[in-house]
Amino acid sequence: MKRMKWVALLLVVMFVFSVALSGCAPKTASNVIKIGLIVPLTGNVATFGQSIQNAFNLEIKQAGGTVAGYTIQTVVADDQNTANQATAVAIKLCTQDKVSAIVGSATSLTTIPISVVCEQYHVPFVTPTATNVKVTMDPTRKIYAFRACFIDPFQGLAGATFDYNYLHAKTAAAMFDETNAYSSGLKDAYVQAFTKLGGKVVAQMAYTTTDTDFSADLTQIAKLNPDILYLPDYYQKVSLIGGQARNLGVKSIFMGGDGWDSSDLSFAVMNGSYFTNHYSADDPSPTIQAWVSAYKAAYGSVPDALATLGADATLIVLQGVRDAQSTDPTKIKDAIQNLNGFQGITAKFTFGPDGNPVNKPAVVLQINGPAKKYNFITEVAPS
Amino acid sequence: MVTFFQQVVNGLQLGLVYALIALGYTMVYGIIKLINFAHGDVFMVGAFMGYIGFTFVKLPWPVALVMALITCAVIGVINERLVYRPLRYAAKISALISAIGASFFIEYFTSLNFVFGPNYISYTPPIKEITWIIGGVRITDIQVVILVTVAAFLALLQLLIFRTKLGSAMRTVSFDHDAARLMGVDVDRTISFTFFVGSGLAGIGGVLFGFAYPEIWTFLGVMTGLKAFIAAVLGGIGIIPGAVLGALIMGQVEIMTAAYISSQARDAVAFAILIIVLLIRPSGILGRNEPEKI
Repeated sequence: MKRMKWVALLLVVMFVFSVALSGCAPKTASNVIKIGLIVPLTGNVATFGQSIQNAFNLEIKQAGGTVAGYTIQTVVADDQNTANQATAVAIKLCTQDKVSAIVGSATSLTTIPISVVCEQYHVPFVTPTATNVKVTMDPTRKIYAFRACFIDPFQGLAGATFDYNYLHAKTAAAMFDETNAYSSGLKDAYVQAFTKLGGKVVAQMAYTTTDTDFSADLTQIAKLNPDILYLPDYYQKVSLIGGQARNLGVKSIFMGGDGWDSSDLSFAVMNGSYFTNHYSADDPSPTIQAWVSAYKAAYGSVPDALATLGADATLIVLQGVRDAQSTDPTKIKDAIQNLNGFQGITAKFTFGPDGNPVNKPAVVLQINGPAKKYNFITEVAPS
Repeated sequence: MVTFFQQVVNGLQLGLVYALIALGYTMVYGIIKLINFAHGDVFMVGAFMGYIGFTFVKLPWPVALVMALITCAVIGVINERLVYRPLRYAAKISALISAIGASFFIEYFTSLNFVFGPNYISYTPPIKEITWIIGGVRITDIQVVILVTVAAFLALLQLLIFRTKLGSAMRTVSFDHDAARLMGVDVDRTISFTFFVGSGLAGIGGVLFGFAYPEIWTFLGVMTGLKAFIAAVLGGIGIIPGAVLGALIMGQVEIMTAAYISSQARDAVAFAILIIVLLIRPSGILGRNEPEKI
């Protein structure tokens, strides 16, 4: 009995403290706007998150830390590139931190669950680089979801068009992560487009994220000897697959998507391969060159597409707040939807009814192994 | 036909990697009848130690290998001392749960930023990759290194267990702790030694795994460890040559399933084997069917 009393007393003390503490928490000043950032800062695509965070911080700094008279307060969360963690941090940002808008996340794997949470709590978000269709439409429009990038059906089409028309490839094989919406979605788009153009897809091989041995599938591919081996996955995995493929005598040209864009890609293994991406740092456009030099000055490296679209997504959110002149998430959502030709870095942004920017082209880059850089090859515009 | 033989070689490589881990599982089980679930994670630590050794400290790879061996052996002994020894005379299930706890602890502790960090790491192995083409089948020097290592370990372990005094102490302990103690065997030291050897092997296995599949992260030991465990059960857990045999079969089954049925089915088939073995021949291929001593 005595113990019960102590427990009760402890609970009372804790309750009093919590009330007292919540009482002295800083009151949300009316001139502060909270903007959330959800990115993978750890896990298998950590460089994506770091790039986007760099760009996010840089853009907010360049805006002077304020927007439309509000002082910007940022709330950063790490989704570890897992769906569970993404859901958890999105709920935290929406309900506890009560952010007005969110930038993020990097991959479709995490952004699709984030889109569900944001829809539920009516908080708009702009993903820099999640390219899967389901981020904004599943199957009906999620009105709080926007993105700064093109979508996978177009990316797959761009890759297939390049392979068929530019490389004159007639046969292709694809290997993809069946447990990842980005990878399987992009594979489907590529296969469909390549077949439609008149090419032949000779093999489609699935694996899972934790697999490390691809020798069985690669041996089959070496025997089929397709012109192209399409690898729509993130930089880590394609480096591993690429190395094993060359050891097993696969001679096909490797082709991939925007998931390859990382300084941690194995440039030696992937030398000569092509991938579709959102932008090229060699693009002479003045907005891009100004951005590249600003980023270089701040971080000492050339911004990858993740950083560049991270900056675009941040600029879109800031412009939304400016147009709405409010911290109300719903008003910011309407303002973003109504943007018309807003000058970002990679494009002038106008959002279609599906939440995707209209008319964003893709670029094809080739990996230059010895120089550890990408060479710009061509641009593929949406038809 | 060339493709088929290439797949056999692929399966051999995978099987040999499993064998490196399965040996440690089976050794510990043979002595104290405990499934050391943390074994796969010790293997992971080995992979990281090798990576750190030749990437950051710039050691020649054989030195890094020895460093990984010693680190893992020490971790194995500490693990035994702290987590298993206090529970040695408790119910079997307590020790098993404790092993699972140790496994999770190692996985999540090493994921912390000041240890190995939670990221996937891919790197260039320190051995220059050489590929020989023999009758159309491609064999790499890394495969040869792994094959030689497994064969050497198997021979050394057999020597250790059947030809040395420590080995006979290990065999005695595996029969009966109390009787062994009465005969003057230092049971605690013998068990520590078993963990030392088993975990050291896992360390070397980790480094060689990194050569063959240079993508490592702190949860590497989970799936690989489970597959190696299945291999040990398949061959007859507690029997050293059984672990290698089981691992080679597992490697072939996985690769052949992926090659000729579907790559999606490989894990399903691997675990189906575990269930079938446990149903039909619980003591494994090389195991003798004897009633459980109580």
